[in-house]
Amino acid sequence: MKNILTVLELLPLFGVIALWLTPKENTKLIKQTAVAASLLTLVESFIAVWNFDIKFKGFQLVESYNWISAFHIKYAVGVDAISLTLILLTTILVPIVFIAGWHESEDGRFSPKTFYVLMLVLETMMIGVFAATDVFLFYVIFEAMLIPVYFLIAGYGRGERAAAALKFLLYSLFGGLLMLAAVIGIYIISTNQGVGTFDVNELSKLTIDQSTQNWLFLGFFIAFAIKAPLWPFHTWLPGAAKSATAGTSTLLLGILDKVGTYGMIRFCLTLFPGATKTFAPWIITLAVISILYGAILAIGQKDINSMIAFTSISHFGFITLGIFALTSQGISGATFYMINHGFSTAALFLTAGWIVKRRGSSQIADLGGLQRVVPVLAWSFFIAGLSALALPGLSSFVSEFLVLIGSFSQYPVATIFATTGIVLAALYVLLVVQRALHGEVKSGNESMVDLNLREKLAIAPVIALLVFLGFYPKPVLHPLNVATSTVMSQIGVTDPIAKADK
Amino acid sequence: MKANNYLVYLIALPLFSAALLLLLGRIADKWGHLLATLVSASTFAIGAYEFFAMRSRSGVDRAITQHVIQWISVGTLKVDGALLLDQLSICFVLLITGVGTLIHIYSISYMEHDENRRRFFAYLNLFIAAMLLLVLADSYLSLYVGWEGVGLASYLLIGFWNQRPAYATAAKKAFVANRVGDVGLSLAIIIAFTQFGTVSFAGVKAGAPHASSAALTAIGAMLLLAAAGKSAQFPLQSWLGDAMAGPTPVSALIHAATMVTAGVYLITRSNFIFDASSTARLLVVIVGAITLLFGAIIGTAKDDIKKALAASTMSQIGYMILATGLGPIGYAFAILHLLTHGFFKAGMFLGAGSVMHGMDDEVNMRRYGGLAKFMPITAITFGFGYLAILGIPPFAGFYSKDKIIETAFNAGGNKGWILGGAALLGAAITAFYMTRVVVLTFIGAKRWDSMAHPHESPLLMWLPMAILAIGSVTSGFLLSSGSALVHWLQPIVNAGNVEGGKELMKPLTVSLLALGVVVIGAGAAIIKYRTVASEAPSNISIFTKAARKDLYQDSFNEAVLMRPGQGLTDTLVKTDHNLIDGAVRGVGWTLNTISSAARSIQNGYVRSYALIMVLGTLALVATVWLVTL
Amino acid sequence: MDIANYLYLSAALFTIGAVGVIVRRNAIVVFMCVELMLNAANLAFVTFSRLNGNLDGQVASFFTMVVAACEVVVGLAIIVTIFRSRRSASVDDASLLKR
Repeated sequence: MKNILTVLELLPLFGVIALWLTPKENTKLIKQTAVAASLLTLVESFIAVWNFDIKFKGFQLVESYNWISAFHIKYAVGVDAISLTLILLTTILVPIVFIAGWHESEDGRFSPKTFYVLMLVLETMMIGVFAATDVFLFYVIFEAMLIPVYFLIAGYGRGERAAAALKFLLYSLFGGLLMLAAVIGIYIISTNQGVGTFDVNELSKLTIDQSTQNWLFLGFFIAFAIKAPLWPFHTWLPGAAKSATAGTSTLLLGILDKVGTYGMIRFCLTLFPGATKTFAPWIITLAVISILYGAILAIGQKDINSMIAFTSISHFGFITLGIFALTSQGISGATFYMINHGFSTAALFLTAGWIVKRRGSSQIADLGGLQRVVPVLAWSFFIAGLSALALPGLSSFVSEFLVLIGSFSQYPVATIFATTGIVLAALYVLLVVQRALHGEVKSGNESMVDLNLREKLAIAPVIALLVFLGFYPKPVLHPLNVATSTVMSQIGVTDPIAKADK
Repeated sequence: MKANNYLVYLIALPLFSAALLLLLGRIADKWGHLLATLVSASTFAIGAYEFFAMRSRSGVDRAITQHVIQWISVGTLKVDGALLLDQLSICFVLLITGVGTLIHIYSISYMEHDENRRRFFAYLNLFIAAMLLLVLADSYLSLYVGWEGVGLASYLLIGFWNQRPAYATAAKKAFVANRVGDVGLSLAIIIAFTQFGTVSFAGVKAGAPHASSAALTAIGAMLLLAAAGKSAQFPLQSWLGDAMAGPTPVSALIHAATMVTAGVYLITRSNFIFDASSTARLLVVIVGAITLLFGAIIGTAKDDIKKALAASTMSQIGYMILATGLGPIGYAFAILHLLTHGFFKAGMFLGAGSVMHGMDDEVNMRRYGGLAKFMPITAITFGFGYLAILGIPPFAGFYSKDKIIETAFNAGGNKGWILGGAALLGAAITAFYMTRVVVLTFIGAKRWDSMAHPHESPLLMWLPMAILAIGSVTSGFLLSSGSALVHWLQPIVNAGNVEGGKELMKPLTVSLLALGVVVIGAGAAIIKYRTVASEAPSNISIFTKAARKDLYQDSFNEAVLMRPGQGLTDTLVKTDHNLIDGAVRGVGWTLNTISSAARSIQNGYVRSYALIMVLGTLALVATVWLVTL
Repeated sequence: MDIANYLYLSAALFTIGAVGVIVRRNAIVVFMCVELMLNAANLAFVTFSRLNGNLDGQVASFFTMVVAACEVVVGLAIIVTIFRSRRSASVDDASLLKR
């Protein structure tokens, strides 16, 4: 089968066309169509996995067509293990989000149909952004993704949704413009050194002098740091998470933000190895600040959704720490962390979303005693929380530990500070668990209903994956190792040797 | 080392049972407790089988391993999900599954009227699985999984009645204090990896002689921090008293016999680290000595029977930690005391549970009195445990505690006098507070009101107590006759090589001394507590006040950690909103202001536009003219 | 006659036109002033054409005339429309942009 990736990108769009033909009033049929389209995409992504050769170093399933020949811009896609796992994360989470948030689309400013059209378009773009091997194509999708997200937040959110959506848009556009400058810059350099190109592989072979590298690196990095988000570029996230629907938040934090950390590996590291080494200590500092700052702010939040958003800032700190430690454990851990964070945040946002929907308030103080009223929902939230605090036995532990073990040899002090983050993690999770789930049943919560079968079906695979990958991470970790070693050889770094062996 | 395929069932069976009971929900209510007990008993059976199989082998063949899955493999870091059963872990396996099974049986009756009994048993099974993983792990990282697993089980069980906010808080406190210890364990593993390139016990042991002493001290200190968190040692001990919020069987199993001794296991397991770093070992004895006195002093002032026992646990584990810091022979004595303590302390906790069961869940000992008449079996089994903890020959404690005191003296020099003296003083205080517990509960006049109807507990409850009482009598003798345990553990801890200074005192002298201080302590308690008021007196000395407040550890934590932490959190929340987000909003505000200023030029009058054009043109011409001039 | 005098006249006419555009309120008068400015420019073009001895300036002045004619058509149409709706030919009354 040829063109697997292109078909994968197009399948959600076929869903959009199918939705177009569905009558606007038949909400149920619209939902079923959307779910069917996302499930088809999931199947196609499994086919992609089937055709993927784990041992092969470099991009696979590649396709390349001329797009704008004058500037050597191509429609070029291909995947390595890092991008493929992220694509898989996307295709798994989208149907789960659809099934979990069955009624999310109904009380928006626009019709349910528009909601699913936006979601499916977003899925296409998310797959595309991870599959793109042409820097310009990546940039275009990176920016275009903002459009559906803007409308999803502004059209279907709660509270100050318009302001939150605008803030998200402006922040991202600002970062995007810096990145555009850097993209043009690197194209010009490639033109000066022979044939102009936007191909990642070709670009990584360029020799760029140190100061130019630094500027271009910063252009990319700031865009990704805003996306990820890293302290101090984070302030758009809590607002967006507070205002967006649970499903949108899941996709936003679970997948979209990963474009930031993915971009750091794919572009910052491989295109500018020199600048990476120059800036790594500074970025590590930012990462550690993010870890502690996000955790402390999560403790202080009163709104359950913004609390989850701040935990994510802390987790993105860990991911960034792992990436810029430049060791195989660090980078493999960070990429594995991206997957685990996707699932664990999904579990948190979806369960929190159900709680908020049932209670009609997202204030933690309004909750209480939920374990007595809605045990299954409470347990799901609890397990999601345990995954956020990286309990051993759940997959997030493996990745968090890998990040720490990988960064200690390079940055011991930073790592010690980062490690104290696990105490803060226990605090922010258990505080909210205690306030929301334990204690006497607070008034207003007595009549809450537990999860129905549809919701159980949505959350079960997420939890199952968290547990499974916690005990047997090999299916994901092993391919990631291959990709990591490729990245490391591109940058020209090797793992430190154990001291006592010297 | 031989391979063996049964080990995984030790963990898989209870884990599976726990998952089953939790997932099935109410359907399993009728038979859940039976399944859990059966599973626990079968793990004991496997453990016993493995024990006898091990005994029949000799020398290096005794340790067996089982490779289960390939867990983590990244770069040079390779951690397999492999299990290791050697002479040390089999002791724990038997203790965990044996005491665990007894407590399962006890709980069937104790938790009979709780609507969530099935969930309780699921948690117990989860605990058994995690604890067995902890002691069967063959690497620090796998141990960590069990380490946090027991922490989770402990959290769930302390907070079993979490509808009460205080209990939920106690659970959270326990978990967070443990997490502070976990930072230590994490860092120890991480440093070990950077030093040795491996995290398996065997690999670290092989590499330890080549490592720098600074690194070994760092690893040792971090392991000690981990042990302090899990085993409620100074300065992380404050959670244990609150943890008594859990149902009493939990206190017996987790917070007396097994989980809290995991720190002792960790240090014993890492003996190659501590043997190579005298600084780390010094830290260990300091922590042990402080805690054994700390716990004992707290124990003298507690009126809550469970909290008094918890303080005693803290103190006894202090003895064990002290012993682990005393060199190779110390490890063996620590494990010996750990095992005997597992029997008598679990027995006493179950006894306390039995008393509470008969007294409508009253825990204040000042409301007890004269209960021996109404609960003879409980009184006798409790009494056996009491004699054992005091170290009266031939009860178990005599064999284990006296050995530790003796070894402490033998540390030599000033160190020997200080440590030995502390241990001896601890023994006296132990005698004092334990006698106080017994006198207040079982002897003297009754101080309970007429509503209470104390009665003996049913068979399912007293049978486990009786078995544990037998253990309290015999275990010490059995384990130490002919130095059985010392020889058994020899390959692990190298206990044959006694180091340290000359013998300060002969064993007999130590025993007589210990017996002497015990008699003094017990006598003092009998005289003081012959008659007590049913309300706690308020005109008390400053020492009693301090002891009642856990020597102000909580107040210290609150003042030094919690309040500033909350302050920091509040400040940062405000800073984030005002400063960082404020800067972002500031950019927007500035642009807004500039545009509205610029808007006033746009007044709609054609003539003013024209004027501006003319002026602009003139300005341009003037500029050009000036430049060309 | 000195050729510079033509230029002086052109400048004077242009200034009169510009001042008229700025100070007069009646749209028709403003319009006439604009025409005056254009013609002043034409005069300057023709003068320079004569001065340089080629036809470039005259060509430019023809262009200007064509543009001026077009402008008159469009401009007068706008003025008439505004006058119809507002019953006034004052440019100050048509200050809709400020709102």
